[in-house]
Amino acid sequence: MKDTVIQIKNLSKSFGDMDVLKDVNLDLYSGENLVVLGKSGSGKSVLIKIMVGLLKQDSGSAIVVGQEVSQLNQKKLNELRLKIGFSFQASALYDSMTVRENLEFPLVRNVKNLSKKDKDKLVEEVLEGVGLIQAINQMPSELSGGQRKRIGIARTLILKPDIMLYDEPTAGLDPITCMDINNLINQVNEEYKTTSIIITHDLTCAKVTGDRMAVLLDGHFGNTGKFEEVFEHAVDGRVKSFYDYNFIEQ
Amino acid sequence: MAENLKGNDKVFSRRIDNFFIGLERAFQFVKKFFVEVWIPPYEFKEVIRQCYRIGYNSLPLISLTGFIVGIVFTNQSRPSLSEFGATSWLPSLISIAVVRAMGPLVTALIAAGKVGSSIGAEIGSMKVTEQIDAMEVSATNPFKFLVVTRVLASTFMIPILVLYTDFVALMGAFLNVNVNEMVSISTFFVQVFDSISFLDISSSMIKSLVFGFTIGMVGCYKGYNSTKGTEGVGKAANSAVVMAMFLIFIEELLSLQITNFFRQL
Repeated sequence: MKDTVIQIKNLSKSFGDMDVLKDVNLDLYSGENLVVLGKSGSGKSVLIKIMVGLLKQDSGSAIVVGQEVSQLNQKKLNELRLKIGFSFQASALYDSMTVRENLEFPLVRNVKNLSKKDKDKLVEEVLEGVGLIQAINQMPSELSGGQRKRIGIARTLILKPDIMLYDEPTAGLDPITCMDINNLINQVNEEYKTTSIIITHDLTCAKVTGDRMAVLLDGHFGNTGKFEEVFEHAVDGRVKSFYDYNFIEQ
Repeated sequence: MAENLKGNDKVFSRRIDNFFIGLERAFQFVKKFFVEVWIPPYEFKEVIRQCYRIGYNSLPLISLTGFIVGIVFTNQSRPSLSEFGATSWLPSLISIAVVRAMGPLVTALIAAGKVGSSIGAEIGSMKVTEQIDAMEVSATNPFKFLVVTRVLASTFMIPILVLYTDFVALMGAFLNVNVNEMVSISTFFVQVFDSISFLDISSSMIKSLVFGFTIGMVGCYKGYNSTKGTEGVGKAANSAVVMAMFLIFIEELLSLQITNFFRQL
C-alpha cells in the first residue's frame, strides 16, 4: 500500500456567494501522477493553491505530507513549501530578472553556504534538463510561451521538490509544444521521483501524463480512476461531453 | 422615493465601511513593514538596486526641473523686491524658499509621479501575473523582497535628491542673478549660507525622509493590493501618484507647523 502524500477531507471554499469547492475529498499517493480535470472556473486552481497555503479553505482539511496546511505557522509552512514545486499557469517568471537570476532566486534564499560554482552548476544542470541552457542569460520577455513554461518548471525543480503541482501546463500552447511539455512532465516524474498533481482541461495532456484522473464537477469530484474508466466508458453526461468536446476539438 | 433614499444610505454606509476597512488594511501594511525591516535575512543587494533605480534614474528629470524652478522663482521675485530697492536680497530669499519648501516639495512631487507610479505598476503587474505568489511558494518572503527594499530605497534616496535639487535650483538662481545683477558666485553663496540655519536644513531633511517613506509605501501598498488584471495595474499606478501627492501636501503643512513651533522657541 502506497503512502498518502496529500489528503483532502471535506474541503469547502467559496468566494462571496459562489461556492467553488463543496465537501471535496481526495487522496494523492506517493509516486503517482494525478490529473485534475474540470471546466474553467470549477475550482481546480483554488484546490492546489489551498495545498500550498496561498488560499485558506472555509472548512475541511488539506493535509500535505502529514501536516494540516492551514494550521502551520510561517516557518513550518515555508519548510513544507520547499518540498512542493508549483508551476503556474502563466509561468510567473520574474520579469525584471534573467533566466539565470530567476533560477537562482529560490536557491540563494533557501540553500545556505552555497558557493558560486555550485550555484552555477545547479542552474546549468536544471536548465539542461529542460533543454534550455542556451536561454540562461535571456530575459523572460525574450522567450516563447513554451520556453517560459519550461523555465517555470526548471525554477521549481532547482529545489528538488518531492511533490509537483502543475497549473494548466499546456494552456495557450500549440499541439507540438503541448506534447513537449507533457513529455517534460513525465521526464520530471521519472528523474526526480516526484508525486504530481496536474490541473488541466486538455485531455491529451491528461492521457499522456496521468496515472489517475479526477473530474471536478460542480464543486465535487464526480469521477476518479484511470483515463479509460473515467472517459471512454463515461456514464455522466457532463463527463461524456467533456470528452466529446476535446475529441472534436482535436 | 423612500426606497431610493434607503438605497443611497446603503451606498453611503458601504463607502464609509470600505474607507475604514481600507484604513485598517493600510495600517496593517505599514505595521508589517516596521516588523519585517528588522528581521533577517536582509535584501541588501535589492536595496542598492532600488536606490540606483530611484535615485540615479531620476537625476535628469530632477536636474531639469530644479534648474528651471531656480530661474523662474528668481525672475518672479525680482519685480517685487526691486520696488523696495531690495534686489540684493534675492539670494537670501531664494535660498530660504528653496531649502525650506520648494526643494523638498518639487523633488517629492516629481518622485511621486515617477517613482510612485513605477513602483505601483511594477508590483501591481507582479501581483496579477502571480509572480508574488511564485515568490511565496518558493518559501521566500515577497513583502521583504519587494516592499521593504523599495520603501527603504525611496526613504534614503529622496533626501539625497532633495539636496541635489536644492543645489541645482540655487545654480539656476545664481545664473539669473549673475546675468541681471552681476553678482559673483562667492557673494551669492555667502548670502545663501548666511540666510539658512541648521533648523532649515535639518527640518528639510527630516521631511524629505517622510516624503520618501510615503512615496515608497503608497506605491507598494497600491501595487500589492491591486486586483482585476491589467485594469487594476493602471489603477494602482494612478492612485499611487494621487494618494502620494495628497499625503505629501498634508505632511508639508504639518511639517511647517512643527518647524514654526521650534523656530519660536
